[in-house]
Amino acid sequence: MFQVILKRLVMLIPVLIGITLLGFLLLQVMPGDPASRAMGTRASPEELAAMRKLWGLDQPLWLQYLYFLRDCLTGSFGVSIFHKMPVIGLVAERLPFTLAIVAYSTLIALAVALPFAILAALRRGTVVDGAIRHVFVALIAMPPFWLCYVLILWLALGLGWFPTGGVGQGVGENLSRLFLPSLVVGLSTAALIQQSLRAALIDTLKADYVDTARAKGLSGAQVFLRHVLPNSLISTISIIGVRVSWIIGGTVVVEKIFSVPGLGSLLIDAIVSRDLPVIRGLTVFFAIMVVIVNLVTDICYALADPRVRLE
Amino acid sequence: MSLLSIRNLRTEFSGPAGIVRAVDGVSLDVAPGEIFGIVGESGCGKSATCRSILRLFGGAPARVAGGQILLDGVGDLAAMPERALAQVRGREVAFIFQDPLTALNPTMRIGRQIAEVILRHRKVSRAEARQAALGLLRDVHVTSPERRLDAYPHELSGGLRQRVVIAMALALRPRLIIADEPTTALDVTVQDQILRLLRERCDSTGTAIILITHDLGVVSQVCDRMAVMYAGRIVETGAVREVLDHPSHPYTRALLAALPGQASRGRDLVPIEGSPPGLIAPPPGCRFAPRCRLAREDCGSGPAPGLLPRPGTAPGHLDACILSEVPDVAS
Repeated sequence: MFQVILKRLVMLIPVLIGITLLGFLLLQVMPGDPASRAMGTRASPEELAAMRKLWGLDQPLWLQYLYFLRDCLTGSFGVSIFHKMPVIGLVAERLPFTLAIVAYSTLIALAVALPFAILAALRRGTVVDGAIRHVFVALIAMPPFWLCYVLILWLALGLGWFPTGGVGQGVGENLSRLFLPSLVVGLSTAALIQQSLRAALIDTLKADYVDTARAKGLSGAQVFLRHVLPNSLISTISIIGVRVSWIIGGTVVVEKIFSVPGLGSLLIDAIVSRDLPVIRGLTVFFAIMVVIVNLVTDICYALADPRVRLE
Repeated sequence: MSLLSIRNLRTEFSGPAGIVRAVDGVSLDVAPGEIFGIVGESGCGKSATCRSILRLFGGAPARVAGGQILLDGVGDLAAMPERALAQVRGREVAFIFQDPLTALNPTMRIGRQIAEVILRHRKVSRAEARQAALGLLRDVHVTSPERRLDAYPHELSGGLRQRVVIAMALALRPRLIIADEPTTALDVTVQDQILRLLRERCDSTGTAIILITHDLGVVSQVCDRMAVMYAGRIVETGAVREVLDHPSHPYTRALLAALPGQASRGRDLVPIEGSPPGLIAPPPGCRFAPRCRLAREDCGSGPAPGLLPRPGTAPGHLDACILSEVPDVAS
């Protein structure tokens, strides 16, 4: 097990070299000058040149790439032009909010998806099943930005149950402030989980070992909780894994609308201000996170299903 | 006194094309300690008959639509609410499914799966149930049983898994075990071991078995009495030697004539032409009539004929053919 994990981490190296190269080159194609962005339009050519020299933007491309690699290896991931601090420091500031949305939205997704997946599977083919499916398909179809504004208008401004966004101090306040953004992210996760779990449950309900369990004289609830649900939930692990790595870098719109200072809004701000080191650093950081989340997903899978071995 | 007495059982599946009458008026008796074989082609209703006893339909939209399933000292299982039937399952009547590869929960250790049935019906601790599971694995001749207790099903061979399933069925010494093609999914050599094991364990515990199979060889090897099913009904029943040596229903004879073993005995292999009728709207009269070489005009009309004794045959040997003389078609 430990060796497999180590091997997977070593395999990370070529992936990261590819990511750094791609991230670096793509940004060179992007129009806009970081120096003039940072200094404003009134800066004199001399000031701009000094700025470029200071940030190493006057160096040849290959040298800039090597500096970037050095920054990645030393763990700073470069220094932000705009914030004038190491990218890793910015990530450390923002990451907790993004991780909070990841955890919060996944919990919301499970809380919403589990009962409806179970209900739909047990009542498959009925009006109930159909109604649940239509609602969840609608959830997938709804654009998140639109859902954000609807929820703000309805639950925040209309009923006043939640703040319209931002973050605060302490767990209690943040649970309330992060509820709506997590709800938006969680509802689309819920729709994915509900659909796959419903299908898995229907499959498992037909399995021979479920009849074996019934033949032992177990009650319906015992059969369901000990045999049907655990075996069906295995497929949900991979969905959660995919969603988590998506949420880490993909909540840009939701974070922006709800003014959550997470990684998504950091990335948007960096792109707007042409803060090249931050964009590059985040790209690499996201890649590392995706690989780690995939690894954790595989480990969870192997723990949940004894037939699966980590390769 | 019968242990199990099924009277006029009717079981229906609701399918997209209509209601399938998979079991349509089946009656049979199983005596304590005997092995009763049910044979027939796929879809003849043998499996549905047995699944009706414990109402285990694998999530299929099936229901027992009529008849009685009387278990000695317990009552009519067909009329019992689910909760009461759950008390019977595993304790009085156990079930062995066809495919040991899929009959065990893939994510639960063997020991726990066996202990589960004990914990359900007996007031024992987990440790005691585990000890009992160990003893059961020994009883079914599993090698190094201590190690197997913590194994997962996929770590065992097919034969070992079927032994585990049998151990599970035997756990509470039920009075009846229903075995639905317990050896079909296994290698021929393993098949033989498993059948011997079933016979041996049931002889020592006095458990009766209903053995469902499409293999007449298996029936002649282990069963005491048997029933031949065709299109949802029993067409012939009696002691195994009687039915196999002196078959009186044209379908049983056709089935025997179609056995590959016939060719080695110097007889021609005679296939049964056509295919079984659909059970949504079965043909009137005898359901085998459309395929029967001996069918007369009146075979295909009126209600389906019932089981009757035939003059000159052994007691308990019944068949459902209306012809007074049934010539041997294979000769």
